[in-house]
Amino acid sequence: MSAQTPAQTLAQKLVARAAGVATVADDQIVTCRVDLAMMHDSGGPRRVDSKLRFLGAGIWDPDRVVVVSDHFVPAVDLDSAQILQFTRAWVAEHGIKHFYDMRGICHVVLPEHGHLAPGMFVVGGDSHSPTGGAWGAFMVGIGATEMAGVLVTGEIWIRVPRTLRVLLNGQFMDGVAAKDVLLHLCATLGMENEYRVIEFAGSLLPSLPMPERMTLCNMTAELGAKTGLIAPDEVTYAALRAVGRDLTPEPHWRSDPDAAVEQSCIVDVAQLPPQVAAPHSPANAAPVHAHGKVAIDQAYIGACTGAKLADLHMAARVLKGRKVHPRTRLLVAPASARTMMQASRDGTLTTLTEAGAIVLPSGCGACAGMGAGVLAAKEVCIASTARNFQGRMGAKDSLVYLGSPYTVAASAIEGMLADPRPFLS
Amino acid sequence: MKLIGGKAFVLGDRIDTDLLAPGAHMRKPIEELKWHCLEAVDPEFARRVKAGDVLIAGRGFGIGSSREQAAQALKELGIGCVVARSFARIFYRNALNLGLPVLVCEEDFSVRAGDDVEVDIRAGVLRNCTQGHFARAQPMPDFLIAMLDAGGLLPQLKLKLAQRLRSPC
Repeated sequence: MSAQTPAQTLAQKLVARAAGVATVADDQIVTCRVDLAMMHDSGGPRRVDSKLRFLGAGIWDPDRVVVVSDHFVPAVDLDSAQILQFTRAWVAEHGIKHFYDMRGICHVVLPEHGHLAPGMFVVGGDSHSPTGGAWGAFMVGIGATEMAGVLVTGEIWIRVPRTLRVLLNGQFMDGVAAKDVLLHLCATLGMENEYRVIEFAGSLLPSLPMPERMTLCNMTAELGAKTGLIAPDEVTYAALRAVGRDLTPEPHWRSDPDAAVEQSCIVDVAQLPPQVAAPHSPANAAPVHAHGKVAIDQAYIGACTGAKLADLHMAARVLKGRKVHPRTRLLVAPASARTMMQASRDGTLTTLTEAGAIVLPSGCGACAGMGAGVLAAKEVCIASTARNFQGRMGAKDSLVYLGSPYTVAASAIEGMLADPRPFLS
Repeated sequence: MKLIGGKAFVLGDRIDTDLLAPGAHMRKPIEELKWHCLEAVDPEFARRVKAGDVLIAGRGFGIGSSREQAAQALKELGIGCVVARSFARIFYRNALNLGLPVLVCEEDFSVRAGDDVEVDIRAGVLRNCTQGHFARAQPMPDFLIAMLDAGGLLPQLKLKLAQRLRSPC
């Protein structure tokens, strides 16, 4: 880079590369080449098929398309069964090799199978697509019409986002996790950070494993951001090697030290107690004790946000040798088939089921109000998921609280909202 | 882009995609799903809206899922325009891609449910004809107005693809 090149944020570098230019400026509108397009059974084939037919055009590059059936799996009624059948037929018709049928939730399946790498520009037909930012890829969520446009052209317009840098300093106290950070940020930064990228940095990051980084980036969707980003480091490249991607570390993929960010904020994570968000918004987050006594009907550990292997390990640490409260049911839907297999092999599923947990199939399930575990009228749930919007998990007047897997597990034992820290000492 | 005019429906902040397109009805085709749009806020909403009516909302309209049905349900019900102080980015793009006009208006705008309102997308102006005042909205980039004029992304793209075939470079 010449001395004249303006300093760039990581977000700017990633967008510039995809736009085929040396540098970009905040708010500039550019057209980007898409390295990978991911879609699922809900927003994917069943929604884009008629649009492609209308355009009379094929897919620009089927090898750059990944389809994951995760929303209506396994089929619980005829409508779901037919959506899944249609998805299978569609990927076969279009020669899409990268198809994961009931292998887990797209945001977890994608990196598990080595589809993400630093420097990539990726679109996903799902709002939690920012999860990919944990891998140093620029990944944004889009809707079905936009996806049809990408499938035909391989391109998308984008407004270059400003960067909000969140410095996470210190180390978590035991029983606190990335989920608590994001709930805290939803309350403090609000959910209207539109046209911004949330870049996570700080002294917590070098020791923060990939699943926790994915949780951070995943819930930038709840902050209203375009996406989340974490500069790839040794942890990233080691995780990539573990999924068969032996890449040479590329120092380019980090913000230049003097790059201008719109805003910075610092979170002293060592002082952060477990957080819980009250219905019906992640922004209603506060320390768990602030919510008073709340009896729980259902505790749910699931979703791309909160059912990766590391999340199941958190729950198992709390539940080991204990029992779920009689008034509460604990449902666990591991985020992927591979997660299920690993949790089975390492004894985590034994710990959970001995405590009384019911294990559900991998998929988006009850988090999206679609699969097993939906809520009846006035029922109260605590979930390790990302969203507690009104009616999302079932009945319009059901109540969903959000917490980390630690907090969900502790609440399942107590039968009411509970701080997990006493269970770990 | 023609003037849009109708009755105002007034909503608060963070009208999310689960309110607009409830998950429990997501298996259903849009013709059925649309009747559940905003039912948790106003059970009569879908039956009361008329072609050209305007939604006026606060911050973060459309936050949540990428489900395009959130914008599509409003369009199918005949909503002429959604005006909000800010939009969730995926909803904003979905709406424009489907040809549903959306306008960001950060100025205070006094409006009561049922007021006659008028939206001029090109000029970026929102008028309350009942109360006799107006507010200035954020101007929309020309390429997005062109997409709305074409009826959304797909009709515009279809035209571009046809032109590309006619004049290969």
